[in-house]
Amino acid sequence: MKRGRHLTLWQVFRMPVCIATLSLFGLVAALLGDHPWDAIGAAALASTVGAILWALATRRQ
Amino acid sequence: MKARTLRVWSWVHKWSSLVSTAFLLMLCVTGLPLVFTHEIEHVLMEEAWTPANPDSPGLNLDQVLSTALARKPGEIPAFMSFDEDRPVVNVTSVHPAGKAGVYSFQPIDKTSGAPAPPVAGHPVTEFLLQLHTDMFLGLPGMLFLGAMGVLLIAALVSGVVLYAPFMRRLPFGTVRTHRQARTRWLDYHNLLGVVTLAWVLVVGATGIVNTLATPIIDYWKDTALKELTLAYDSPVTVSQRSSLQAAVDRARAALPGMQVQFVAFPGSAYSTDHHYAVFFRGDTPLTAHLTTPALIDARTGDLAAIAPLPWYVKALSLSQPLHFGDYGGLPLKILWALLDMAAVVILGSGLYLWLAKRRAGA
Repeated sequence: MKRGRHLTLWQVFRMPVCIATLSLFGLVAALLGDHPWDAIGAAALASTVGAILWALATRRQ
Repeated sequence: MKARTLRVWSWVHKWSSLVSTAFLLMLCVTGLPLVFTHEIEHVLMEEAWTPANPDSPGLNLDQVLSTALARKPGEIPAFMSFDEDRPVVNVTSVHPAGKAGVYSFQPIDKTSGAPAPPVAGHPVTEFLLQLHTDMFLGLPGMLFLGAMGVLLIAALVSGVVLYAPFMRRLPFGTVRTHRQARTRWLDYHNLLGVVTLAWVLVVGATGIVNTLATPIIDYWKDTALKELTLAYDSPVTVSQRSSLQAAVDRARAALPGMQVQFVAFPGSAYSTDHHYAVFFRGDTPLTAHLTTPALIDARTGDLAAIAPLPWYVKALSLSQPLHFGDYGGLPLKILWALLDMAAVVILGSGLYLWLAKRRAGA
């Protein structure tokens, strides 16, 4: 990313929106269904932890 | 964003966080072990136990009740619940003149009437739960923590608004580890905050709903259940009560295919002064959390009403699993714990950023 160039609002919030959507889907899926939805829901919610680990592994400057 | 607008949102984020941080930290620290209440109590309390007469049909519910009450002279029954994996009936009773919120809890072997070892309610988890729920202050404590939850929502909304100007020049997830500590911790705060946003929002909002449990249930009794009680002017006395077993059988006949979850006795929190409220749960994952009470007239034993819960009691019922994280097995609980720890880092780094900014400004 070149210094001074601004990201658009969509570029800033694209990833957060994806993770929030996955989280909410996971919370509801595990509530509404049993197997296999418990596992699918947990996997979707795990996108939060995954994103943190990914950022710490690749986005440190 | 205009500088003035930014200052207003900064002010909201700073003050909503500063006021609530100490309490939110307490909630995170006590909430972490509470996620694993079931597992902790399993380790601390579970002992090998077999019912006295496994093949006998056992006592009926009236006999179980009188057995339990004989061991607690002067107490009146409040609730009766049923273990799922052993023939044990739990009787909760209360002394009419005793301190509010102090209950006796007796697991009874249904096959013999002998006391059974408790498998829940360890003093340590009970202490943490009480601290987490109301800080030992009863309803005012609950409502106060609900207000802290409202501040949390304000901090989340303002945090999202402030995220945009801070991240305008940084790709998602950037952590500037080689810069000064304030910059580094700002990046951690932003990353963890935005990633855990939806989960914190859900746990926070459902936590607020849970703090309103008492007024929600009281409102339900004062409105939807009110007309069922109009025929009577004084509460049904213990000696006037018809058979409990017959009441549960009558309720079961009205709701075939559903499981009895618990019975609330007349005068207790979840019933009127005149009815046995027999709560049933369905057998799908969703309806397991949404109970339906059948109200049995405690004088006559007749079915007074099947009272499907109004939307606000349903909202309360669904807020419990979504807050506790106990509805999707161990993987979900582990995620709850990890996200709880992330929340501790967000709170701690937020506090640090405020202190560091003050020091720099001074």
